[in-house]
Order: sequence, then C-alpha cells, then structure tokens
Amino acid sequence: MSASQTTTPAIQLENVEKWFGTFHALKNVSLSIPDGQRVVICGPSGSGKSTLIRCMNLLETPQSGSIFANRQQIWPRPQNLSEIRRELGMVFQQFNLFPHLTILQNLTLAPIRVRKATRSEAREEAMAFLQRVKIADQADKYPGELSGGQQQRAAIARSLCMKPKVMLFDEPTSALDPEMIAEVLDVMSSLAQESMTMVCVTHEMGFAREVADRVIFMDQGEIVEDRPPTDFFGNPESPRAKVFLSRILRH
Amino acid sequence: MRSYLPSLVIISSLLALVVFGASQLNYTWQWGEIPQYLAENEDGTWYRGALIYGLTETVKISSLSLASALLGGLLLAGGRTHLYWSLRIPSEAFFKMVRNTPLLVQLYVTYFIFGPILDLDRFWVAVLSLSAFHAAYLAPIFQSGLDSIPKGQAEAAQSLGLPKLNTYLEILLPQALRVVLPACTNEAVNLIKNSALLSAIAIFELTTEGKDIVADTFMSFEIWLTVGALYLLITIPLSSTAIYLEKRLKS
Repeated sequence: MSASQTTTPAIQLENVEKWFGTFHALKNVSLSIPDGQRVVICGPSGSGKSTLIRCMNLLETPQSGSIFANRQQIWPRPQNLSEIRRELGMVFQQFNLFPHLTILQNLTLAPIRVRKATRSEAREEAMAFLQRVKIADQADKYPGELSGGQQQRAAIARSLCMKPKVMLFDEPTSALDPEMIAEVLDVMSSLAQESMTMVCVTHEMGFAREVADRVIFMDQGEIVEDRPPTDFFGNPESPRAKVFLSRILRH
Repeated sequence: MRSYLPSLVIISSLLALVVFGASQLNYTWQWGEIPQYLAENEDGTWYRGALIYGLTETVKISSLSLASALLGGLLLAGGRTHLYWSLRIPSEAFFKMVRNTPLLVQLYVTYFIFGPILDLDRFWVAVLSLSAFHAAYLAPIFQSGLDSIPKGQAEAAQSLGLPKLNTYLEILLPQALRVVLPACTNEAVNLIKNSALLSAIAIFELTTEGKDIVADTFMSFEIWLTVGALYLLITIPLSSTAIYLEKRLKS
C-alpha cells in the first residue's frame, strides 16, 4: 500500500529519552512512520518497545525529545492533548474494556462524549464495527461474559469507533489463549488491508512477516534494526537480532 | 440453612439478665407508659409521640448529612488524588483537622463559632458538622476504591480522548463505588449513631427526646431500651440492604 504513503509522517519521534528512575528505557530514539505504513516493533522483554509505543500517544511522558502524531505536537505536552489522542487508537495487552458497561456502551461512550455523535449514530456505527470483528451478537453483554479473544476484538472495535488515523497495538495477543490469537490477528490483518497506519508491538512473527511493511527490532532501549520484514527475517544484521530470532522462531 | 440457635440463646440470656437485674433492683416496669411516646391519638387523629418525632428528626438530619458527606468525600478524594493539584493542600488540611479532633468538639466549634459568624441555625450546624466529619472518613474509602481500579482503565479512557472529568465520573467512579459500597454503608450507620451527639446542642433528635422523657419520668430502663430499639430499626435494614446490594453487584 505504499501508494498511500505521503512524505509527512503520521508518527515522528525525535531524540526521545525516557528514564524510569535509574532505568534507561529509551536511549535517544528517533523514528518516523509515514501514513499508511504498517510497522511491527519487536524485541526481548525490557527492550523498551512498550514504552516506545506508549510514548506515541503520551501514556508515558519522556524526559526529553519531541513527539509528533498526525502532524501535531504531543510532546512537549500541548493544550489539546485529548483532541490529538482521539485520532490515535490504542489497543492494550489487557484489553481494558470498561467492565461496568456493556460492549455496545463501551463502543459508544467516547463517540457520544468526545465526537458529539448522537446516540443513534453512535449505536449504528458501533454495530457496524462489531459486525466487522464478528461479535455483533455480543453487543449487549458485559466484557466479563466474553472470551479473551472476543474482548480484544471488542477493544479494537472500540478504538475504531473514534475513527482514528493511526492504530497502536501494545502486545494485543500476549494475554490470549493460543486458540484465540488467530481471530484477533485476522481482524488486525483486515485492518492492514485498508491501509490504516498501524504500529504493533508483538511477538507474532508470522503476522509481522505477512502484514508489516517494516520491522523495528529494539534492545536495551535502542532501535537496533529497522528494515522490511523479508530482510529482517531472512538476514538479520545484528547479533542481538539473530539471537532474538533464533529464540522466538525455534518454537 | 444457617442456624439461628446461637444468636437466640445469646439474646434470650441478655433479656433474662435485664429482667432479673431489674427485679433485684426492685425496678418497677412501666411498659404501659411507653406507647404514648410513640404515637398519640387525640380526637380520632394520630400524632407522632416524642420518640417517633425524635426518630424522624434523626432520619432527616442523618440523610441530609449523609448526602452531603458522600458528595464532600468524593470531592476530597478527587482533590487528594485525581483532579487538580491546587485542591490537594486545602483538602489535606481539612482532612487532618477533622480526623484528629473529637466530633463533640467540632460540634461545639461549629455551633459556637461558625454558627453565629455564618448565621446558621442549629439544624444546619448539625448537618454541617456531621457531614464534614463523615466526609473526612468517606474520602479515604473512596480513594482506596479509586486506587483499586486498574491503571489500564484510565489509560483506555485517555486514549479514547475522554476528558478527565468524564473519565472520573463515568469510568473510575462507578467501578470504585461498587468496591466501596459496604464500607460506605458502614459509614452511614456510624453517621446515624453519631447523630446522637447532637443532643449536646439541643437538636430534638431521638437521643435528646429520650433524655428529656427520662428526666421527666425516671423510666430510664424502658426509654433507653426503646431508644436503642428505634436506632436498630433504621440501622439494621441499612446494613442488610448493603449486603444484598453487594451480593447482587458481584454476580
């Protein structure tokens, strides 16, 4: 889908530094993601990949550097942060559906409150998205009544209801039972086919190979490799990536 | 089936002790005099007796105070953790003062100092003192409820672009209330019990009425037992409702 790419990036990080106490989580990271690109970020645990993606919508605030999303500055923190955030869908490892609301209410809350959609508009759109992720029949249930895979699909639908320009996935399948991973990856692949800008932290290398335009490998707070998936999987340059891949692909 | 036998045994032995003790003291029971303090019939119309008048006064003051204590507790909890840091210092100071002085002293301070200054009559002095006192105890309860909500809930709300106030009112608070409901009911029961202290500023609530009747008639056994029973009449259903609600919310 490189036809839809433009020169101004959807996400841009410049010299981002992040410390957690004495732990240096991101070391002078710069990164630019064009519109419509699908990026997979991988790396061993503690490598800073979750921190990196959480910086993209400022769930983590860096100590220095600057971050732009959809051509607007989000760090240093602007006044209209929540306006910018609504254009950045985020899917979490733990789904983070609102347990006291039904699936439908989970999906319609933000459109009604933030985008000022009418109740019926919001319902209609939400049902369309639930249809897409194939759980329209679960609309009136509470999150706790759904399987993990269904919850994660509902969470993706909830993000899509805000009509984001970029979708961020932070290990979306890591908390799922193996038999449910495929149904979530299918939804993500179908999103990718619509040239949605996607950034995804994942260990699902099959998904990376099939869907990603670009694989970013991180280790110890640094971007070690940043290449198309065929190159990365076929011929990793750094010893660290080689070790990582041999560990992951062995299974 | 739960066995009621042990409680029956305890209650009947307590009753036996009172009856036996009274006869040892040559106390003359005058239970026949009690109904007039509950209700009086004059020319075919029923009037509230002094004790029932006191009870309604207790209920009135307690429910008003409870409502404002809940609101105050919420604001304090919000001030201490979530909303604006400029609210933190005043709420912290209020919290420290109220929790570290006796309620009776607070009552006198409000009655003799703030009452005249703010031109409050004794009824509002009563409501103000009780609600301020219990707000300071409800605040940490709400706070622990809010703290028990996983961080991901606020993050999900933020990433959907929900404003802070909506996140607090629609996402965090409803979930926190579920957690703190039993503790809140406990506070409500405490508040009703503490309203007995209002007899110190001559509010004609249940305890004051009881005291006045005993002063007139010397029927201390009958009156105080009746007053105790009347308090139980409102506190026991309250705690049972909470237990019922808690069970229903859990399922």
